[in-house]
Amino acid sequence: LSREDFQRIPELAINPLGDRIINAFFPEGEDQVNFRGFMRTLAHFRPIEDNEKIKDQNGPEPLNSRSNKLHFAFRLYDLDKDDKISRDELLQVLRMMVGVNISDEQLGSIADRTIQEADQDGDSAISFAEFVKVLEKVDVEQKMSIRFLH
Amino acid sequence: LDYQHVQVPFEITLWIMLASLAKIGFHLYNKLPSVVPESCLLIFVGLIMGGIIYGLNDRSPPVMDTDIFFLYLLPPIVLDAGYFMPSRPFFENIGTILLYAVVGTIWNVFGIGFSLYGICQVKAFRLQDVSLLHNLLFGSLIAAVDPVAVLAVFEEIHVNEKLHILVFGESLLNDAVTVVLYKLFRSFCEMPTIKSVDVFAGVGKFFVVGLGGVLVGLSFGFTAAFTTRFTKDIRVIEPLFVFLYSYLSYLTAEMFHLSGIVAIISCAMGMKRYVEANISLKSHTTVKYFMKMWSSVSDTLIFIFLGVSTIGENHEWNWPYICFTVIFCLIWRALGVLVLTFFVNRFHVNTITSKDQFIIAYGGLRGAICFSLVFLLPDFRRKKLFIAATTVVILFTVFIQGMTIRPLVDLLAVKRKRESAPTVGEQIHIRFLDHLLAGIEDISGHWGQYYWKDKLEYFNSKYLQKILLREYDQPKSSIVLLYEKLERKHAIELAQAGQLGHGPAHPSFLCSAFLCSSSDRTVITDQKLEDTPNPDVLDNMQEILARNLYRIRRTGPAYNRHTLPGDSEPTEHAKEILILRHKSL
Repeated sequence: LSREDFQRIPELAINPLGDRIINAFFPEGEDQVNFRGFMRTLAHFRPIEDNEKIKDQNGPEPLNSRSNKLHFAFRLYDLDKDDKISRDELLQVLRMMVGVNISDEQLGSIADRTIQEADQDGDSAISFAEFVKVLEKVDVEQKMSIRFLH
Repeated sequence: LDYQHVQVPFEITLWIMLASLAKIGFHLYNKLPSVVPESCLLIFVGLIMGGIIYGLNDRSPPVMDTDIFFLYLLPPIVLDAGYFMPSRPFFENIGTILLYAVVGTIWNVFGIGFSLYGICQVKAFRLQDVSLLHNLLFGSLIAAVDPVAVLAVFEEIHVNEKLHILVFGESLLNDAVTVVLYKLFRSFCEMPTIKSVDVFAGVGKFFVVGLGGVLVGLSFGFTAAFTTRFTKDIRVIEPLFVFLYSYLSYLTAEMFHLSGIVAIISCAMGMKRYVEANISLKSHTTVKYFMKMWSSVSDTLIFIFLGVSTIGENHEWNWPYICFTVIFCLIWRALGVLVLTFFVNRFHVNTITSKDQFIIAYGGLRGAICFSLVFLLPDFRRKKLFIAATTVVILFTVFIQGMTIRPLVDLLAVKRKRESAPTVGEQIHIRFLDHLLAGIEDISGHWGQYYWKDKLEYFNSKYLQKILLREYDQPKSSIVLLYEKLERKHAIELAQAGQLGHGPAHPSFLCSAFLCSSSDRTVITDQKLEDTPNPDVLDNMQEILARNLYRIRRTGPAYNRHTLPGDSEPTEHAKEILILRHKSL
């Protein structure tokens, strides 16, 4: 699959995060994704089943664990892959998600507020651990799950 | 003074005028429609009018004539519903909708009929002359959920698209079942003995009625599409064809004792794609506006007449029967929804949550169709009892269920969120995740799961489009159409977008609060970690976010009685998103 194949889906074109979602499917630097890669990305969204939590304590963490789901979302924010969401990256995403009625200053202060709430080590950026903490009250397992091929 | 000469048109126009003025009146008070649904207010106005007429003339006011209702008032509403029905969610959920409509209605009919018969056996209520057949007949007309009432109430509460389409689709399609059962039981009432052959004939009749309605509708729809292929030189009468063919399909179906509502819906859905490609843009707008106008007027008139007709001497009050009718309607609907949803959830990807189930069960409103059907009953001894019971049920469902459904929905929704108010960061991240999920769903849902849809598309492109469309171009995807529409207004929109991006957008206190606090902003950023920011600023941020974050596709119903599909917010947002992405490319 190439990027054009994804872009042909009409609903993705009007999804604010469309480009980033498409990019998430393609591994680093490549322009094609095969079925295996496609499946791997979608596997993040498999619902978590209860017996899995007990079974795999020793093995590698399954792709659809809560931590890996959040990691997937984190990677969509963090474009330069430095494991931190800087203020600029946050601003970019906010601008994509919000209408044209908000001025840049307002958006800037919203971004500042977000970072301030999450930031615990004072580096003015959100690391992955801080990101997880912000979303600890949110039912991520339910939100980020699609029942495939049921 | 020549009143006799103009009496009929004059009175009709006066009623329509009253209905429209009442509507304006409600919308003048902004708070009122959110507390009391419009349908309740209209019935109330009708009650007042009925009371006035009764007081003046000292006889019963004109009862809504069933012919007028079925031939003139109902078709515009159903046509509007069918034409603007979002076909994709409808067909995605068609299995569930059909299950609720057919099996659910049959369950309700027999449940209510038998339990009321059980009540009638109790000697204390003096109801023993109401036979089983009469009870089943009554059950068949009271069990049908009414699309007019459902639509009117569901607009106020904002449920998600899937739920909306489920209840809406069910209310439209259960007409076929209602018609068959009603006519079946009525003919049974007149026959001296009933053999099992008759019962089987009834079952077969149901299929004939439903499928026949669909066939009639589709044939008229395709004829309409074919006709519009040749209207290139006479654009002015193009909209007329849409209405004429739909109305003809309804009348034809009724003539053959098939389901008119199903016919008109399938006509509208069948012809929509081709007609819209063939007729000019102005005709298209005309069609949309006229449909909305007529259905609005019909809707208002129905409710007012409902109110007027309840005042009068048509009622026989037997409190136990009436109370039990109301109770059984509620119970059987809830049971039916529970059982059916249990089956549906076993086979489906998206489950229907218990909150949704509650809304489906509670949103089963009865309305004008029941009312007209009860007047059509043959005159037997207990007819007035049935009329009274029907009136009470309708008033109960519309008033009480209609008014309380919104607070109950809010209560159920709020209960889960009340754990903690979301912080700004949470809000943003949650919305982010929602968009992400919507995108992934589109990707995964789009790759090869709809076998029949593909087949239909193939059939469509190979045969139908060649016959029915005037210019057979490459089929355009919806995104290309949207892009072309944008191209026409591109320059103006960019200018507006640029203008809006820099100026203060909301002429409200938010703006001034921000301007006031902008001087404090530098202080805030310096002392980020120690100071808790101004609570006003925080609230403003939350409100701004709540108002401006793009809603996920699929959160709002795509069909709304009062606005045209292209005018609502999600489409505006879609355009903005596209513009932004174009700029960034």
